[in-house]
Amino acid sequence: MTTPDHDGMAGRADDIYEALLAAHDGLTPPESAALNARLILLLCNALSNPDAALTIIAAARRGVK
Amino acid sequence: MPRYAHKRFTSKPPPELRGEPSPHYPVTIIGAGPVGLAAAIDLALHGIKVVVLDDSDRVSVGSRAICWAKRTLEIFDRLGIGERMVAKGVTWQVGRLFHGNREVYAFDLLPEAGHKMPAFINLQQYYVEEFLVERCADFPDLIDLRWNNKLVNLSQQPDFVTIEVETPEGAYPLRTSWLVACDGARSRTRNLLGLDFTGRVFEERFLIADVEMKADFPSERWFWFEPQFHTGESALLHKQPDGIYRIDLQLGPDADPEEEKKPERVIPRIQAMVGDRPFELDWVSVYTFQCRRLEKFVHDRVIFAGDSAHIVSPFGARGGNGGIQDVDNLAWKLAAVIKGEAAATLLATYDEERIFGADENIRHSARSTNFMTPKSETERVFRRAVLDLAATHVFARRMVNSGRLSAPCSLTNHALQTPPEPGLGALPGALPGQVCPDAPLTAPDGTQTFLLNQLGQHFKLLAIGPIAPPPAIDLPVIKIAPTSFADTEGFAAARLGQNTLYLIRPDQHIAARFTAPTHESITQALRRASGLAPTTASAAA
Repeated sequence: MTTPDHDGMAGRADDIYEALLAAHDGLTPPESAALNARLILLLCNALSNPDAALTIIAAARRGVK
Repeated sequence: MPRYAHKRFTSKPPPELRGEPSPHYPVTIIGAGPVGLAAAIDLALHGIKVVVLDDSDRVSVGSRAICWAKRTLEIFDRLGIGERMVAKGVTWQVGRLFHGNREVYAFDLLPEAGHKMPAFINLQQYYVEEFLVERCADFPDLIDLRWNNKLVNLSQQPDFVTIEVETPEGAYPLRTSWLVACDGARSRTRNLLGLDFTGRVFEERFLIADVEMKADFPSERWFWFEPQFHTGESALLHKQPDGIYRIDLQLGPDADPEEEKKPERVIPRIQAMVGDRPFELDWVSVYTFQCRRLEKFVHDRVIFAGDSAHIVSPFGARGGNGGIQDVDNLAWKLAAVIKGEAAATLLATYDEERIFGADENIRHSARSTNFMTPKSETERVFRRAVLDLAATHVFARRMVNSGRLSAPCSLTNHALQTPPEPGLGALPGALPGQVCPDAPLTAPDGTQTFLLNQLGQHFKLLAIGPIAPPPAIDLPVIKIAPTSFADTEGFAAARLGQNTLYLIRPDQHIAARFTAPTHESITQALRRASGLAPTTASAAA
């Protein structure tokens, strides 16, 4: 799920990216932060796979610092 | 309901101050709190003589440890005060969680059937200590309680410990084979040995108060995040016996403890929590807390148990409960070493198993503390998202962390346990290391009983279903179905499986589990659980 060549977007990557931007439209930075936190929690739950969630969290962090 | 009346305890002058020769004591316990008193009773149940020294002459002032979890109640039941505690204690079933003024959700804890002990009770520490002191009186030849006897000096020799004790009537030296330090978070024993904790200190300050409600008030647990009625991060209200409610208010790191304790500061906050119901302030205290432990609990002939060995934040009630589990683990091992049934190396497994337990408690209580005290804007944003989602989403309610109640510690994979036969782990039943689950049983004479009450505090075999241990095994056996005890409600089979034999440790943890037991396999498992090296069956202990 986190390998570099995995593509889970089923050809709808543009739809997802557009929806993410639209969801933040008109929000202040604190409101955007709140939205992101809600989104992350909902996604972690929707995964239904705590091990995968932990792997994804670690993979995301590796790309930052 | 009258307030709790603190009795002053008296003890007659020790032989050392009556001009009599000082006997050599097998065990001296420092501190007559719940942990020290429980240790005294547990050792007495194993026939070991103990002296208990306490630097005061009464039970604890203020409610302090109030929430006693199921496993702790089972241990107290083994020690003889469990039923009394449950009769006096209260439980709350409905919990309400607030964020600011908004109620996020409420929950109802329904009791699980087929256990003697409830999931937890609330009972002030002074009652627990009173019950334990009274229970100690059942062992007049074994337990010597000495009030106003203060440890002031300590030196270790290879085979014993010498201590210096101060009393109002004078000072005296005492020589003991083993010293068990149950003298709390500010342990004098620890200081005398120059030992220190490692771990985290949290900067938060908390105010705790016991409040006597003068009118009906719901028997519920109320917890607030970011309450409107004071500037701190959280507040907690829950019920104790005698119409006393316990209030915990988080004050933040900059609070001035002396200022915050003043009634004119405390009373308006409580009014904001409980509305205009009349109440009276019974006790107030301010504290900061830490999540830390000693690097090891056994220091030659000095052994630490309870808060002297490890301290946690109060969320999840893991301080008092953790300390009683220390005693449960230590007493039978120390008794076996003193009686020569085990080598002193068995005590190393107390370190192994209870450091594991302490780390589990520290991890859980540190997580609760992190949830309750966001350290950055991002942490605050995540917590708010969890609390917002919790109003509608079940998964988010599971993330809300206002304390995770102490659960029994599993010792699976530790040295004393025999790994299960291959494939056994997949069968229904309990695993080596776990506490033997309780179950209601019908005794052969038709009386109703519970499994844990039949186990007692010595090694036992437990046979579920038609399985029988091989002949010539020198261990008491409890047989459940089809003969002897009847599993009337089916809980024993559901929790322990069918046609399975267990070796149960004196602290009621499972040491080994067999589906095809042999004389050899049981003998080796018993040797292993006793801390003895493997040997041939013919030389079995």
